[in-house]
Amino acid sequence: MDDFIQVKDLYFQYDGNPDEKQKSFALNNINLTISKGEFVAIVGHNGSGKSTLSKHFNSLYLPTSGDVIIDGINTKDDERIFDIRKKVGLVLQNPDNQIVAGIVEEDVAFGCENLGVPHGEIRQRVDNALRAVGMYEYRTHSPDKLSGGQKQRVAIAGIIAMEPECIVLDEPTAMLDPQGRDEVISTVMQLNKEMGITVILITHYMEEAVLADRVIVMDTGKVLTDGTPREVFSGVEMLKRHRLNVPQATELVYRLRGCGFELPECVLDEKECVEALAALIKG
Amino acid sequence: MPVLMHEPKMRIVGGRIPAVRRMGLVRDITLGQYMPGKSLIHRMDARAKTLLLIIIIVFIFVCRNFISLLTISLFSLIVILMTKISFFKYLKSLKVILAMIIFTGVLNLFWGSGRVLWQWWFLKITEGGVNNAIFITVRIAVMMMVSSVLTYTTSATELTEAIERLMKPLKVFHIKVHEIAMMMTIALRFIPVLLEEADKIMNAQKARGADMENGNVFRRVKALVPVLIPLFVSSIRRAGDLAMAMECRCYNGGENRTKMKIMHFSHIDLFAAIISFLIFCAVIYLNLIYPAVI
Repeated sequence: MDDFIQVKDLYFQYDGNPDEKQKSFALNNINLTISKGEFVAIVGHNGSGKSTLSKHFNSLYLPTSGDVIIDGINTKDDERIFDIRKKVGLVLQNPDNQIVAGIVEEDVAFGCENLGVPHGEIRQRVDNALRAVGMYEYRTHSPDKLSGGQKQRVAIAGIIAMEPECIVLDEPTAMLDPQGRDEVISTVMQLNKEMGITVILITHYMEEAVLADRVIVMDTGKVLTDGTPREVFSGVEMLKRHRLNVPQATELVYRLRGCGFELPECVLDEKECVEALAALIKG
Repeated sequence: MPVLMHEPKMRIVGGRIPAVRRMGLVRDITLGQYMPGKSLIHRMDARAKTLLLIIIIVFIFVCRNFISLLTISLFSLIVILMTKISFFKYLKSLKVILAMIIFTGVLNLFWGSGRVLWQWWFLKITEGGVNNAIFITVRIAVMMMVSSVLTYTTSATELTEAIERLMKPLKVFHIKVHEIAMMMTIALRFIPVLLEEADKIMNAQKARGADMENGNVFRRVKALVPVLIPLFVSSIRRAGDLAMAMECRCYNGGENRTKMKIMHFSHIDLFAAIISFLIFCAVIYLNLIYPAVI
C-alpha cells in the first residue's frame, strides 16, 4: 500500500471544555497522507496541535471525529491496537521519562519482551538496534550515566528493536544541547535513508525541518502548508505572519532580497547561502 | 580573570556543607551497591543466591552453641572472601547498623541468668548474659555481611528478576507478582533521576532565599515542604510520560511476555547448594552433640 498513514477529516477535542465547540478543537479538520519511506517534519509553535497529532498516529489519542488509518488499520480498532503500535513507534521529548529499565540493553529489550519475541531473537534485535543508533558500546551501562543525546538514542533504539515501519518523534531534541541534537538528528536521518523507516519528526527547530523530504506547517490545529522544504520556506512572509521562524540562512537571504540584492528566492542552509552570496559578490 | 579560577566564594548563607559535596553524599547512599565482578559468587544464579541467603540466615539463628556458630560464621567468611570484593566494603556495611549492634549487645549483656560475674547496684553481668551478648552480636554482624554478599554481587535487575521468579507461586493467591517486580524495576531506575531533580529544586529554592540548613529539626523539616511539593508534581508528570512511553512499546502486563535474559541454574549453583547443605547438616549435628549455650 502506498499511503501508509491516512488522516481523514480529523477533529480532536481534549476532554473538559465542551462549551465553546469550535474554538476548543485541538485539531481542526486535518487531512493528510504519508507514504512509506517518507521523512516528514511537522513544525508549528506551542499549542499548534503538532504533538496532539503525533499521538494520533499510534492510537494513544483517538479522533473526536474523523479517522486515522495506519497501513489499512483504523486506530479506533481496539482489537488491533498492538498491531498499530508495532508499526508506529513513538519517541517522546524527555529521554529520562521513557527509559524503563536500569540497564541500556534491558531497556531496549523492553518492547520486544512485551511483544513476546522469542528470547534468542530479542538478543539479536537489541544488538542490531543498538548498533543502528551507535550505542552498542554502552549496552551494559546505566542510563543515568549517559548524556541527553545518548539517552534519546537509547529511547530510539528501544523503538527500533520492535522493528516498526514508522517512527514518530515528538520534539526529541527539545531538551538536548546542540551536540545531542546533532547526534539524534543524524541517527534519525540514517534510519530513514538506510533502513527505509518512515520518519515523522515533530520539531520547532526549522534547521531540522529543512533536512526532511516534506514539511508540514501547523497552526491552531490546522495544516497551514504542506510541501518540500523549498516550497514551504519560500513563503517567508506567510510563515512570519503566523509567528513562525525560518532557518537563519533563509532569513538572511530574505532580508537581503528585501534590501534589493539579486539573490535566489529560497535558500535553505548555510552552504547554499554561502554559494549565493559568493555568486553575488563575484557579480 | 584570576578570581574565577578559584573556588567560587558564593557559599549559601549559613550553609555548612558545600552543595557539591552534599550532592555526592546523596548519590553514595543509593548507588554503588552492586560491584561488578567475575567471581564464582557473581556468576551464581540470582535465585539460587537469594534462596541460599535466606537459608543461611535461618541457620545463623538455629545455632545454639559456639561451635556451630563458629562453623556457620566461617562458612560465611569463606563466601565473603570468594566474592573477591574487599573485606573493608563488608565492614562498611556494618557501619549502618553499628549502633543497633552495640545497643542489643549491651542490653543482652545485662540480661540473662547463671553465675554472676560482676555486680553493681541493680546491674549485674552473668555468664548467660555474656553468652547472649556474644551470640546476638555475631549473629547480626554475620547476617548483615552475608546479605551484603547478595546485594554486592547481584545487579538490581537480576535481583528483581529473581524475586519475580521466586514469588511466582504466590500467583495462586492473586498476588500480582509481575506488577510488583515491574514497580521495583521502575523505582530503582528513577531513584537517581529523582535525586537529581530534588537537588535542582533545592538549589532553585535556595536561589530564592530558602534556608534549609539552619534552625532546629522542625524548621528544617518545614523547609523541605517547598522542595517536596514540586518534586511530587514533577514525579506525577513523569509517571504520565512513562506510562505513555510504556504503552507505545506495547506494554500489556505480564501476560505473554518473553525475556531477553533467561535465568538458568548452572553447575556452580548445584555445587553451592551441595556445600551449603553439608554445612547445614554439620550445624544441626554440632547443635545436637554439644550442649546448648543459649
